[in-house]
Amino acid sequence: MEEKVKEKKEILLQGNVACAQGALAAGLNFFAGYPITPSTEIAEYLAKNLPKYGGKFIQMEDEIASISAVIGASLAGAKAMTATSGPGFSLMQENIGYAYIAEVPCVIVDVQRGGPSTGLPTKVSQSDTMQARWGTHGDYHSITLAVSSVKECFELIIRAFNLSEKYRTPVILLMDEVIGHMREKVTLPQPEEIKVFNRWKPTVPPEWYQHFEINPHFISPMASFGEGYRFNVTGLTHDPLGFPTAKAQEIKDKLDKLRNKIEHNINDIVQVKEEFMEDATSAIFAYGSAARSARQAIRIARQKRIKVGLIQPTTVWPFPDVYMEHMSDKLELILVVELNQGQLVNEVLRTNCGRARIRRLNRYDGELITPDEIFKRLREVR
Amino acid sequence: MEQMTKITYRYLRTKKKFPSVWCSGCGIGIVFGTLIRAIDNLKLGKDQIALVSGIGCSSRMPVYADFNTLHTTHGRALAFATGVKMAKPELSVIVITGDGDGLAIGGNHFIHTARRNIDITTILLNNNTYAMTGGQYSPCTPFEKYGTTAPFGNVERPFDPCDLAKGSGAVFVARGTTYHVIQLQKLIEKAIVKKGFSLVEVVCHCPVIYGRLNREGSAVEMMKWQRKHAVSIESAQRMSPEKLKDKFLTGVLWDIEFPEYCEEYEKVIARAQGRS
Amino acid sequence: MEHVIKHTEFQDIYEIRLSGSGGQGLIFVGTVLAEAIGIYDGKNVTQTQSYGPEARGGASRSDIVVSRSEIYYPKTTKLDLLLALTQEACDQYCLALKEDGILIIDSSLVTQLPLREVLGFPFTQIAKEKLKTPIVANIIALGTIGALTKIVSKKALIEAVKKRAPKGTEELNLKALELGFGLPRKRRNRRSREKK
Repeated sequence: MEEKVKEKKEILLQGNVACAQGALAAGLNFFAGYPITPSTEIAEYLAKNLPKYGGKFIQMEDEIASISAVIGASLAGAKAMTATSGPGFSLMQENIGYAYIAEVPCVIVDVQRGGPSTGLPTKVSQSDTMQARWGTHGDYHSITLAVSSVKECFELIIRAFNLSEKYRTPVILLMDEVIGHMREKVTLPQPEEIKVFNRWKPTVPPEWYQHFEINPHFISPMASFGEGYRFNVTGLTHDPLGFPTAKAQEIKDKLDKLRNKIEHNINDIVQVKEEFMEDATSAIFAYGSAARSARQAIRIARQKRIKVGLIQPTTVWPFPDVYMEHMSDKLELILVVELNQGQLVNEVLRTNCGRARIRRLNRYDGELITPDEIFKRLREVR
Repeated sequence: MEQMTKITYRYLRTKKKFPSVWCSGCGIGIVFGTLIRAIDNLKLGKDQIALVSGIGCSSRMPVYADFNTLHTTHGRALAFATGVKMAKPELSVIVITGDGDGLAIGGNHFIHTARRNIDITTILLNNNTYAMTGGQYSPCTPFEKYGTTAPFGNVERPFDPCDLAKGSGAVFVARGTTYHVIQLQKLIEKAIVKKGFSLVEVVCHCPVIYGRLNREGSAVEMMKWQRKHAVSIESAQRMSPEKLKDKFLTGVLWDIEFPEYCEEYEKVIARAQGRS
Repeated sequence: MEHVIKHTEFQDIYEIRLSGSGGQGLIFVGTVLAEAIGIYDGKNVTQTQSYGPEARGGASRSDIVVSRSEIYYPKTTKLDLLLALTQEACDQYCLALKEDGILIIDSSLVTQLPLREVLGFPFTQIAKEKLKTPIVANIIALGTIGALTKIVSKKALIEAVKKRAPKGTEELNLKALELGFGLPRKRRNRRSREKK
């Protein structure tokens, strides 16, 4: 298999392809999707390579069908994902909500482009950040990761699968047009270096099995269809057996479970990358492709002896509340750089309990923000 | 009768609190019992069945049955079922849907699942209305009949679900009624056995919602109407067009052979792995 | 500890833009060039692209950034090298060139030249005449870039073409590359003859 990386060596890889290769390394065996720029290369790569590993690829009639098939396959035991962009992500929202309430592990990749609506199919944006948190209706708790390099595409899709399997929840991976389409030189980890987590299976006999068991971990072991457990799955709010309920206590228990399984494991889920933060008095807060420009801008500033560092959350949801509360107390200034009109900046403001001044820099004209723009803004607000 | 009840009882989820959500006199229970007897008669194990549904009165059926059951979002049952079937082709996947769920919000999935010819048995309970939400007109409400959102009579043309399935590529299409239960059981059995996408449309009476709005009388009267207007496809061949004018056809309406999707995809895997 | 960054740590950047219209294979040659520089010559490289919503006919470009140190910002700002295979691309991007940047055009397609030094070669015409197909004009141009600059070695280009060329077209593409390599020399010869 030509595409499989056998030895540790440098290769030139596209972000979308790295994402697909990472998914295969994580044990993906079902993909359903619908063509949409700029995510299509993921589907094309998997159409060709997934069957080589015995997995299955299907092009569905739309994105609603794609996420539906992904959830169905996961319930039947598959590791399943879909990849899309803004318009498709919008169409998927109702059933992403289904995956939250029915606690179905699956991964949704959103290679962001400009919006709203059809927007800018071939241009970069980070304007789906809040949609990844609040896209579907109801109370739920999202796990969303954001990538800023081709290597991170590979690493974080694996992490997305692992978190999804571990916490029985959909995980969203935010990419963007720049990262999805760019090629860069990477060295990928060897298969033996990759840790893959698979969902907990029940150890009890079928008659004791509760598909949505409430236990101290808030994570229920998960049987698949056809394994003798014969459970019920529904999008209606349900009791631990999966049967629809209207009882106040059971409703509250269910919604608490959805929250607690995320909140009680926040330290395992949240990851932030830092650069030059040891002596920093100010920081640039950036994620996704904007973080690349920020890294360069910080180097320009450091050259001029400005003590600035980088805060790059690779987990954007749940938001790194505690970390940012600490940082807002420690730093004088946090400059939030985003390729939208300001989305995560509101979270930075929310968690600002200290002395830091929060400033923003936003670009939303379809182009990647430049290091010079960031440096200029940094000098302006210092 | 006692024997029939015993069979049904063996497949019910005893932990689930009955009674069901269905109104008294509803036709869905008849279809549910018939489906269970069909599965029992085919000697399919409970673990082998995946019963998938969308949203609506008929879609509440899976929760009561002791199979692998999946109650999905409105209209999407066939898309979820596609994922289940592809991930575990050894399961017998049966989709329960209604005329609104399957043909309005889920119409796109309906035609494409049929076109793909994946081995899914679809049982579409056609009660001509959105009953769960109180009787709005559906894509199967007949012309000039009433719904709460068609208070002056429906001015849209209804779908014929069987023609739609046939035109979309289904390999097996049949129609039964809640009155002709013996025939319905046979049709469901044939549909489950058939490899590929099969549809059984069940003309299902809804006395409380649709029946009241359209003054069609009690459940018994609505079933009498079925008896009077259903004509088996075999008898229809001997009848004049004049006599068939206000009748509808029942029985196996379409039965062809075409390669099944999951089996074809196994060939894709073999090709990708260089085995063929 | 204070982090101080030296100037040389990140500013040895060389920026290339390959531009034209959709269907001329610019994203493909961009990938080949990036592969050659990054994998076979061992420098750091990023390749990004920009194109219209339509796959063919619209404007298309592939940008390559080369550096000895890590590349953060993957897009171009001021170009060191611009290849323009259409008039539209030449008009649109020649101002993005540095003053001492190199502009290479397809003289069989670009006729209105900007007021600066231009290196023109009839890539498309040569492809049609010598290799009987216009589709390898992009690879010929790639060879010419290799001959005119020190940004990529010939050996690396050959390896990258071998790896990235669609199956069955390797030989054609290698011929095209060789042809492209020879163009600047021929041109110099012609010029010296003209002087005499």
